[in-house]
Amino acid sequence: MEAFTTHTGRAVPLRRSNVDTDQIIPAHWLKKVTRDGFEDGLFEAWRKDPEFVLNRPERQGATVLVAGPDFGTGSSREHAVWALQNYGFKAVISSRFADIFRGNSLKNGLLTVVLDQKIVDALWELTEADPTAEVTVDLQAREVRAAGITASFELDENSRWRLLNGLDDISITLRNEADIAAYEAGRPAYKPRTLQV
Amino acid sequence: MGRTLAEKVWDDHVVRRAEGEPDLLYIDLHLLHEVTSPQAFDGLRKSGRKVRRLDLTIATEDHNTPTLDIDKPIADPVSRAQLETLRKNCAEFGVRLHPLGDVEQGVVHVVGPQLGLTQPGTTVVCGDSHTSTHGAFGALAFGIGTSQVEHVLATQTLPMARPKTMAITVEGELPEGVTAKDLILAIIARIGTGGGQGYVLEYRGPAIEKLSMEARMTICNMSIEAGARAGMIAPDETTFEYLKGRPHAPEGADWDAAVAYWRTLRTDDDAVFDAEVVIDATELSPFVTWGTNPGQGAPLSASVPDPASYEDASERLAAEKALEYMGLAAGQPLRSINVDTVFVGSCTNGRIEDLRAAAGILRGRKVADGVRMLVVPGSARVGLQAVSEGLDVVFKEAGAEWRHAGCSMCLGMNPDQLAPGERSASTSNRNFEGRQGKGGRTHLVSPQVAAATAVLGHLASPADLTDAPAPAGV
Repeated sequence: MEAFTTHTGRAVPLRRSNVDTDQIIPAHWLKKVTRDGFEDGLFEAWRKDPEFVLNRPERQGATVLVAGPDFGTGSSREHAVWALQNYGFKAVISSRFADIFRGNSLKNGLLTVVLDQKIVDALWELTEADPTAEVTVDLQAREVRAAGITASFELDENSRWRLLNGLDDISITLRNEADIAAYEAGRPAYKPRTLQV
Repeated sequence: MGRTLAEKVWDDHVVRRAEGEPDLLYIDLHLLHEVTSPQAFDGLRKSGRKVRRLDLTIATEDHNTPTLDIDKPIADPVSRAQLETLRKNCAEFGVRLHPLGDVEQGVVHVVGPQLGLTQPGTTVVCGDSHTSTHGAFGALAFGIGTSQVEHVLATQTLPMARPKTMAITVEGELPEGVTAKDLILAIIARIGTGGGQGYVLEYRGPAIEKLSMEARMTICNMSIEAGARAGMIAPDETTFEYLKGRPHAPEGADWDAAVAYWRTLRTDDDAVFDAEVVIDATELSPFVTWGTNPGQGAPLSASVPDPASYEDASERLAAEKALEYMGLAAGQPLRSINVDTVFVGSCTNGRIEDLRAAAGILRGRKVADGVRMLVVPGSARVGLQAVSEGLDVVFKEAGAEWRHAGCSMCLGMNPDQLAPGERSASTSNRNFEGRQGKGGRTHLVSPQVAAATAVLGHLASPADLTDAPAPAGV
């Protein structure tokens, strides 16, 4: 995973709540067997509208998505995170994320930042009025900064440490091999098995 | 202090607990399918890792599989390539696979329970958000992303933050004609699509205890639509009865030991939930969705709501956008909405009891002119059972299409899709924009409402059918 320390970029204000992962990346894109090449599928249906915010010339190259509440609901497809990253997003800000999407984002180095809806509203107003306005997402300071806006955010220390260092979860877990083996030795015989081994 | 059901199952699976770290949780059963696993197997290959516990892992094909001509090569080359990738990965790593055409193939959440692999007190994961289905057995079951699929393949564990718990107590008894689907749609409308976020839901109370395993699976299945990764129901005699004799259920002394453990899996009387919701079952009636998220629902007897009636600005905007997408007007009675397609199937309502319910209404009746009805069993076994009961004949005589098992029109990854602007009554779980096909419009309903809607051509419940069905065989 790529490390995330701090990022500054222009923003895309997405005034929609309940943006589900079917909207982020429609199912027919899920037939691909790679982690890349999803950028053209991002918000595919909405992008057919030339006025959709992502299509506006002033939003090209923006890297911070500022969305309404309940972003990433629905399907567990990690492809939604890959699509956002493939397109160029480094961070997503919302007042509430769906659990599975949030977990997926943090495992891929896409920083999802939870801020009060009031701050989200302020970021919308700022970046709609001035598309060149830059937003900084600082994981070291746990702070989002933009013109006239400074807001701290929470992220548990373990997730933050993994993101700051770009650490691979599996290697971390495998350091606990002895604990896993000990647990396995104590599992009851009646637990289900898919194969006889 | 006592513990909740979810806390008991959680505690029994903690491999390692350390200050400032998520718990490391052992996973008893890992279900795989073709869509969310290829990148995980690639990850294993790149790092030279193996599948740690092949005996706790099983795969099937469901999302991409066609429901017609399954004996012929799959027409869509991209779908075919994805299924072939799963077959290659399972062969290379040694994972048990039930491919298209196999008698145990089907929607992954139908297959696990019917094989008896889903058991009380287990942890079950799958790269699919509807893994919450398995919570109906008192399992702690949740959907995961592909990075976590790779993590479980490699380590049989997951680092997880301990969730909060929410009790959803359903008092009273469901009125005649009101189903588990109506109940869960009403619950989601009540708590919202984000209401369960961060919680494991426990459904309890007299109305839940009376439900069959199939109905309990329908309820737990849609926990994710309320934002909860997992939903659970305490195991009881209904659960044990369902499991006994299934291929992977314990036998002999193991069965006795298992049941003794399973009986301990109840929330203690003095346990405290982080949140509680009480629902009065007796007030419920058939429930359908009108919008583009599963929380946008109402009783069938109601009308499409007026967005102006929402106080919250974001909900108002969401309702406006939903009505525009759905092509509906505020104040329009829900019963006046005509549909083009009716879909009966999915991990929500594709089990034998669901097919029996739909067939019971269609027997001796006809699907309305101009309406297409697809019936897709949740698994090949469910399909065989339905055929042995003659349900396929009932569907075909009514003018419905009887298909092979798979996810099908629930998400339209295979050719079963809505055309732009087409409207469906669907027993599936998501009414998102474009979910069943680009531009398609979805109303979520129970199998009973689906069947009555198919007959009348507009959203309807069986109580709206005033005709006498033709005698059998006519």
